[in-house]
Amino acid sequence: MRTRRTARTIIAAFATVLLTGGVAACGNSDTGDTGGGDDNIVLGFSQVGAESGWRTANTSSIKAAAAEASIELKFDDAQQKQENQIRAIRNFIQQKVDVIAFSPVVESGWDTVLKEAKDAGIPVILTDRAVDSADKTLYKTFLGSDFVKEGRLSGEWLVEHTRSATGPVNIVELQGTTGSAPANDRKKGFAEAISANPNLKIIASQSGDFTRAGGKQVMEQFLKANPDIDVLFAHNDDMGLGAVEAITAAGKTPGKDIVIVTIDAVKDGMQALADGKFNFIAECSPLLGPQLMDLVKKIHAGEQVPARIETEETTFTQEQAKEALPNRKY
Amino acid sequence: MIAVNTVYRPGFLSIEVNDGHLYGTPIDILRLSAPLILVALGMTLVIATGGIDLSVGSLCAISGAIACLHISTATDRNSPSTVLTALALAFGAALVLGAWNGLLVAVIGIQPIIATLILMVAGRGLAQLITEGQIITINSAPYRAIGLGHFLTLPLAIFIALAAALLVAAFTRRTALGLIVESVGGNAEASRLAGIRSGRVVFLVYVLSAACAAVAGFMITANVSSADGNAAGLWIELDAILAVVIGGTSLAGGRFSLGGTVLGALIIQTLTTTVYAMNISPQTSLLFKAVVVIAVCLIQSPAFRAKFRRRRSDRTPGPAAPQRKKEQVPA
Repeated sequence: MRTRRTARTIIAAFATVLLTGGVAACGNSDTGDTGGGDDNIVLGFSQVGAESGWRTANTSSIKAAAAEASIELKFDDAQQKQENQIRAIRNFIQQKVDVIAFSPVVESGWDTVLKEAKDAGIPVILTDRAVDSADKTLYKTFLGSDFVKEGRLSGEWLVEHTRSATGPVNIVELQGTTGSAPANDRKKGFAEAISANPNLKIIASQSGDFTRAGGKQVMEQFLKANPDIDVLFAHNDDMGLGAVEAITAAGKTPGKDIVIVTIDAVKDGMQALADGKFNFIAECSPLLGPQLMDLVKKIHAGEQVPARIETEETTFTQEQAKEALPNRKY
Repeated sequence: MIAVNTVYRPGFLSIEVNDGHLYGTPIDILRLSAPLILVALGMTLVIATGGIDLSVGSLCAISGAIACLHISTATDRNSPSTVLTALALAFGAALVLGAWNGLLVAVIGIQPIIATLILMVAGRGLAQLITEGQIITINSAPYRAIGLGHFLTLPLAIFIALAAALLVAAFTRRTALGLIVESVGGNAEASRLAGIRSGRVVFLVYVLSAACAAVAGFMITANVSSADGNAAGLWIELDAILAVVIGGTSLAGGRFSLGGTVLGALIIQTLTTTVYAMNISPQTSLLFKAVVVIAVCLIQSPAFRAKFRRRRSDRTPGPAAPQRKKEQVPA
């Protein structure tokens, strides 16, 4: 009897700790209140987490843009968990925020909570990642990068760059994590673009898992299996950086013997581009804060917005990288 | 597997001299398998005591992150003293974390899989905390040498791994330690009654495992001159367990083979490199690996071999389950 009671006490104690912990976590949201006028817009934003440098830059862009636009930001970090995100959105609904925005951790399972927001009359904006809800009226718009376009821009630059080439141009491709949306879409966009010139051929394509170590390991074998590689297309900068090491170790000069095209434009990648090790980068920008705040204001004012909005992104050549590098935020 | 590779691409085995050291796919395999060999060595002893250590991947990330962070904040990144301090700091941290694992398992008596799962999950977060979610890039020649340096024209990393293997082998096979580890794995209670301090032995193998993981972490991060808290050493614990099992060590504990483990690690790396070299599509490469691993395990299974043998020679039935000879440690 006594042991059972002790056990029960312990469980109760644990439950209490968990509950208070949960409350504390919920209350832990960052309020960027700048004390604007009467018409102060309140935005509830639920972020995926802080899993990469890209994401950290994304978060700071949103916080800075909210402060600048005098929008009160209630910021929640979901720590890569969908249940945290759903709880945060329900909290925003209860607090009657004006607009809710979030980057969904996963694609599915949002219908119920989005319906609750719709019933409460709170408009929702998706950022960076999409959801697969069949009912498109559940959210106002989706603001994010177009991965297919990033692949296409890389391919188009390459077609232009190799215009004078008469013989076949051998391309090797380092794919991102197998099955992930950026990997699938970038591959697709690139393949579409290079089909314009039949001389351009992808002779080998492997997954480097978006990591430097992966890119390096795969590139080492590419180099040994194929003596004449002309071009490397990497789905992100990190794999490209790993490949640069492999190319150097093989006694070739990256950027000269092998033309390197990548996507992302993170700081180390831009540095490599400025140093002449890369030849071209298509940007995948995390700095969507200002665009998001614009949208929030428009939607709050009752204006119509397009259902799909692309992040403002650009591309960099070596000269452009040298210019842009001192002002890069990530 | 090497034969298949050579048939597919005759250049597979070719080794040439490039820039004063040997260069070729077999060399790549040796260099890239060095971290796995190290982690698998520690894992072998842990498994021999009937335990398991899931936290080694996270430990690789933590040790790599600490070392790279220290070097990146230092004024002179190329001075040997900076690198040595960085290594010492990271190694010390890994020992503390290994001791934490050992404490949970040996003293508090939590099941190894749960105890080390804690550090596997939390450690990944810790590594990201150290790197602040960013990838730390460093430019330090002495640190690079751990992953990419050469000694006698061969990668330095493989010498480090082999030295560790010989050291562990010497300690376990030349002294009674190996016997004690096996006896604890066989029956911890009986060993205790026989006068062996089981707890202390178990504690020690987790610290050793962490130490091996730390050095592996140095190699992984030095190989690409950057520390990635998210990706460094990711899933290496599973590869290490696989290497141990392929090497003939029983997961139930009580028996281990260091030579087998080294061989197992080499097989796994050869497999990965083969996938890249033969350009098997990434969608099917996992299946390809699974088939090869199943084949290797089947070849090793005494029951399977016995059946195969019996079918081949109906008249002379082979022994029911031939006792597998314990592999000798390479000395």
